[in-house]
Amino acid sequence: MNLHEYQARDILRRHGIPVPPGEVATTADEAHAIAVRLGGSVVVKAQVHAGGRGKAGGVKLAANPAEAAAHAAQILGMTIKGLPVRRVLVTPAADIASESYVGVIVDRTSQRPVLIVSPAGGIDIEEVAAKTPEKIHRLAVDPRYGLLAHQALGLALRLYRDIAQARAAADIMQRLYAAFYEVGASLAEINPLVTTRAGAVVALDAKIVVDDNELDRHPEIAALRDASAEAPSEVAAREAGLTFIKLEGTVGCCVNGAGLAMATMDLVKYYGGEPANFLDIGGSSNPQKVVSALKIITADPSVRAILFNIFGGITRGDDVANGIVQATKALSLKLPLVIRLTGTNEELGVQILTQAGFSALTDMDEAVKQAVAKAQAA
Amino acid sequence: MSIFIDQQTRLVVQGITGRDGSFHTRQMIGYGTKVVAGVTPGKGGQLFDGVAPVFDTVADAVRETDANTSVIYVPAAVAASAIFEAADAGIPLIVCITEGIPVLDMTRVLPYLHERGARLIGPNCPGLISPGRSKVGIIPGNICRPGRVGVVSRSGTLTYEIVHQLSTQGLGQSTCVGIGGDPLIGTNFIHCLSAFQADPDTDAVVMIGEIGGTDEQHAADFVRQAMTKPVVGFIAGQTAPPGRRMGHAGAIISGSSGTAAEKMAAFARAGIAVMKRPADVVPLLKERL
Repeated sequence: MNLHEYQARDILRRHGIPVPPGEVATTADEAHAIAVRLGGSVVVKAQVHAGGRGKAGGVKLAANPAEAAAHAAQILGMTIKGLPVRRVLVTPAADIASESYVGVIVDRTSQRPVLIVSPAGGIDIEEVAAKTPEKIHRLAVDPRYGLLAHQALGLALRLYRDIAQARAAADIMQRLYAAFYEVGASLAEINPLVTTRAGAVVALDAKIVVDDNELDRHPEIAALRDASAEAPSEVAAREAGLTFIKLEGTVGCCVNGAGLAMATMDLVKYYGGEPANFLDIGGSSNPQKVVSALKIITADPSVRAILFNIFGGITRGDDVANGIVQATKALSLKLPLVIRLTGTNEELGVQILTQAGFSALTDMDEAVKQAVAKAQAA
Repeated sequence: MSIFIDQQTRLVVQGITGRDGSFHTRQMIGYGTKVVAGVTPGKGGQLFDGVAPVFDTVADAVRETDANTSVIYVPAAVAASAIFEAADAGIPLIVCITEGIPVLDMTRVLPYLHERGARLIGPNCPGLISPGRSKVGIIPGNICRPGRVGVVSRSGTLTYEIVHQLSTQGLGQSTCVGIGGDPLIGTNFIHCLSAFQADPDTDAVVMIGEIGGTDEQHAADFVRQAMTKPVVGFIAGQTAPPGRRMGHAGAIISGSSGTAAEKMAAFARAGIAVMKRPADVVPLLKERL
């Protein structure tokens, strides 16, 4: 789950990291009032889950409250990478002497949390990694002891010559590492970490991505979710316990297991069709999940045919069959349906489907070919 | 022979009385796996299906039954704790089926296992099966046949699909291992490839990867340097949009590393025969056996 910049800043502030003041506005008038309270020139920043906000015109400097209101009015009407901007953050314009990067991620290869720092801050770190990899420094941290003081200082000295600034940055790194574990993040980054002309070290922008698997035990973080910043079909899928990603094609896919779901999409394309979605109904699926899945797929007007590809393991064929029967009754489904069902409780599942007047295939290639043909004929 | 599990496997099931745990324990017993014990705290003293005594702790189960392998079906919130417990009880092979374990939990679990010399398979995996010998996890036994092809996969149901292709066309399996779809897992492709290379009863290996991360690229390097047995590979997610998590936490493409095209190219460079679709597996293997 992505957090907005203003939410990430709140978390950093709570962990004792120096963050400039600032407030969130949803209207131009609110932005005006915040700019008055802050005094001086301010920056108005779009709060959306997309990178490259600055390039898209979603970050603007304002010399006075009237300008802040005008910028806010404009930015609040924008769409950045398909996402409508509903909030702006208004903060004082920073007086910046230098910009660097500090981030924490979990590294798959070392299987540890890794601190990444770079003196090239303020730009996308992946761009730095591609163009000037020598400017990136990494340290794998032993999670049993956390980021030790001398390790943090060693990294900070890669960023700052001034020992007071290096100590301040090292303290920020240790606090960022603590915040990373405390909120259950998969990414926590400060970009840029700036020094002001007065010499202070401050987190100017922050990004935190929380591991979805942590949300059950962090209700206060789960409550930060901004459903208005996501596609409605994906919100509905998540609430039903499904993983759904909308794509552009016409063959609606309902599959158990992420790997098989991806392979099914690939096979749809192989046989000349285009998948309308990725949908994984997961393991242990009860009939209700299948009903929800069909609702979500049929809500997409570009879907011309629906393909079920179920290979039972922990998912039981009879559960899926019952779900299909229930859903088609409840939704009065008009789209052609191609069902492939095999694996655990296959006989029971096929029996349920046959009694309800459906036929079930056992071969994946055959099912995909039929679904593509039906989508193209419709 | 086979890798990791065989007739000597004495299994303890953690979460034996739950919905999934009890269902799949019956499937494993039916397949012939020696399920010697179950663990559910608070239900110690019961007897599961008249076959497996239930204990309150894994340590009790090991002491009373000499269990040497554990399989975990407990909910995600307590799954890391279950892995720690199995390792502490001295179990050398732990198979974690549970999906949804926070990645940060795994950053603490993995060094703990490493220090104790325990192997973890998973989490978020279907487990493994040595057809005709033992099954630990949820891979449907009826789709497997004993034979000489090793299978290793990051996926669950996609593994079944490919095993099904093998079995129905006369190619049995020595062992099928589902290593799991999460970013941090206990046993990776290389561990399995190396075990298959050393196993005298495995003639060829099928490796099933997916988008995200660089494990398949590392595995390809290993195949080129250390394997003499033929390897056939598949990558799921050729049509996946970049930057989106596709169900498996591991299945996300970011930047240029982790795309299906890149992984398939790494396979091809290493001399691995690359499948375009699951149905290609048997023809490609037969050309090489």
